[in-house]
Amino acid sequence: MDTLVTHSPILIIAIPLLAAFLTPLVGRVSPKAREALVIASLAFAEFLVIILAKDIYANGLHVYTLGASLPELAIPKGYIIPVRIILEVDGISIFMGIISVTVSLAAAIYSLHFMKEETGQDRFYTLLLLLVTGMLGFEFTGDLFNMFVFLEILSISGAALAAFRVRFADAVEGGFKYIVISAVGALIILFAVGLLYAQYNLLNIAALADVMQYGTVEKIALALLTIGFIIKLAGVPLHMWAPDTYAVAPAGITPMIYVASQACMYGLYRVCFTLYGITLDQLTVGWIVIIIGVLSMFVGVTMAVIQTDVKRLMAYHAISQSGYMLLGVGVGLAVLGDPEALAAYGRQAMNGGIFHIINNAWYKGLLFLTGETLFFRLGTRDLNRMGGMGRNMKFTSIAFIIGALAISGIPPFNGFTSKWLIYESVYQFNPILAVIAMLVSLITLASFTKVFQSAFTGPRLPQYQDVKEVPKSMLVGMAILVAAIIFFSLFPGLIVDNIVSPATDALINQATYINGVTGAVP
Amino acid sequence: MTQGIPFNIPFLAVAALVGIALYIIMSKRNLIKLVMGIAILEAGVNLFLITLGYREGGVAPIYTDVPAGVMVLPVPQALTLTSIVIGVSILALMLSMIVHTYRHTGTLDSEASRKLKG
Repeated sequence: MDTLVTHSPILIIAIPLLAAFLTPLVGRVSPKAREALVIASLAFAEFLVIILAKDIYANGLHVYTLGASLPELAIPKGYIIPVRIILEVDGISIFMGIISVTVSLAAAIYSLHFMKEETGQDRFYTLLLLLVTGMLGFEFTGDLFNMFVFLEILSISGAALAAFRVRFADAVEGGFKYIVISAVGALIILFAVGLLYAQYNLLNIAALADVMQYGTVEKIALALLTIGFIIKLAGVPLHMWAPDTYAVAPAGITPMIYVASQACMYGLYRVCFTLYGITLDQLTVGWIVIIIGVLSMFVGVTMAVIQTDVKRLMAYHAISQSGYMLLGVGVGLAVLGDPEALAAYGRQAMNGGIFHIINNAWYKGLLFLTGETLFFRLGTRDLNRMGGMGRNMKFTSIAFIIGALAISGIPPFNGFTSKWLIYESVYQFNPILAVIAMLVSLITLASFTKVFQSAFTGPRLPQYQDVKEVPKSMLVGMAILVAAIIFFSLFPGLIVDNIVSPATDALINQATYINGVTGAVP
Repeated sequence: MTQGIPFNIPFLAVAALVGIALYIIMSKRNLIKLVMGIAILEAGVNLFLITLGYREGGVAPIYTDVPAGVMVLPVPQALTLTSIVIGVSILALMLSMIVHTYRHTGTLDSEASRKLKG
């Protein structure tokens, strides 16, 4: 067991990667075996993430050095800098890891039946597992260049998956937009990594953070990294790709691409807090993050109100919800240099923002799945052509109600808890921001009432008389996320203390992260 | 650094490539040209990485028994190789998507082939 925990950082990445390339082979034998392999590898990764998380919460962060005699030996004998490939998993990395694996598992189970009629399923599951690998590698790596590589893995597989149903012209268009912005964003990030390498001859995040000065080149690199990550996380004004891609991707994939974009948000936080940390001009950078957050919240929700395509509407809400996370963590970043304000409300704001990431992954993922469930049965995403589905699809409509109430921040659902943490703390920082956040939440509720009213209530339309509830595997996929929402709604205190706080601490305490690598002198 | 090419010329080339690429990406409507823009951007970034590791008169970093003199930095070269491989796969994926777009819409103009709006 101990060996398994020690080696789990690399196993969590390697197992989906290995399974990805085994799927086409196993698929030749039998499709059933292939499905079992996909689910089993994801379930095993989930198990490893959970035991690793328990160990991290108990004993602190894990450093895994590939090729070293002992995984903790980050710096080889005779060297003063880390030269090997290093994975560094701390509170926030494992937090993102839990989200990625759980949503992917639910999405894969949902896809089992959803993709049954499609051709090329071998490739579908290969790409799906590669997307999981990309996300997990991105979250666990302790190295800027590997971050770029995993970012590209998740972009390429995500784009190929978004465009998977090539028989739809709009699917190809959505996938193409995603790959174009990903390629540009990733190259901007690579350029910034090159700048930092030119200054310090280092690529390891911890070692770089240790020697970081805040000069002109570093400012340019920070600006480029921020732009690259904001393109990828679909923050306004660089959000144009998100509604298109989320709307056309196959059902299981939309939540996964969304979680991948939240992984890029993690990338932004890692750069701001861990790589630059106390050296950077917190107030300016914090306000930039806050302004992008507020813009995303507001523009996202106002655009959502006017949509008639159900998944496009949800995609704009996804942008709007990302704004809350940026707002919460941005306030924390703005007061990072001020211990008093940080203790008074900064930490709480960050808790709220980070808690919102995990809450949002559950209910937004669930809403995307219900949206595509309607498309699966009705063949349209247009809200004006739907109606009365509450009678035909009982479970789906209950799942939709739970997701909609949670995203609107109605107590006692989990969305309320994280939004409340954000309102309360942001109010002490700047009251206007908190008022905007509450207003956005109200408009969200209004918009989801519209969806519910047009899709699920009303008389049964003649053309949809004999629409049935969707098959079991799709229900199980949704049920996993419903269960997660209910659990998080019932025990918010437990979650905040045990999962969210370690993540916040990991971001605030830059020294711990640095020490994980530089402290390991042989 | 007194004889031979001035050290700054490769960096000027990088700036020119990145500038041209960003102009193409933002202004051109033809999808193939857009992909060409991304390829040029990638070339610019790769050139930047390689130039970082260049040392005037250095030897290739492939020896166990090091000859006298400076050595070219190996890390940027490894990074560039990885980046080139990734770039090829991205270009291939984008081009294959363009083929599908053309089959569906019969045009390569990004405004005319656009279905998703609002």
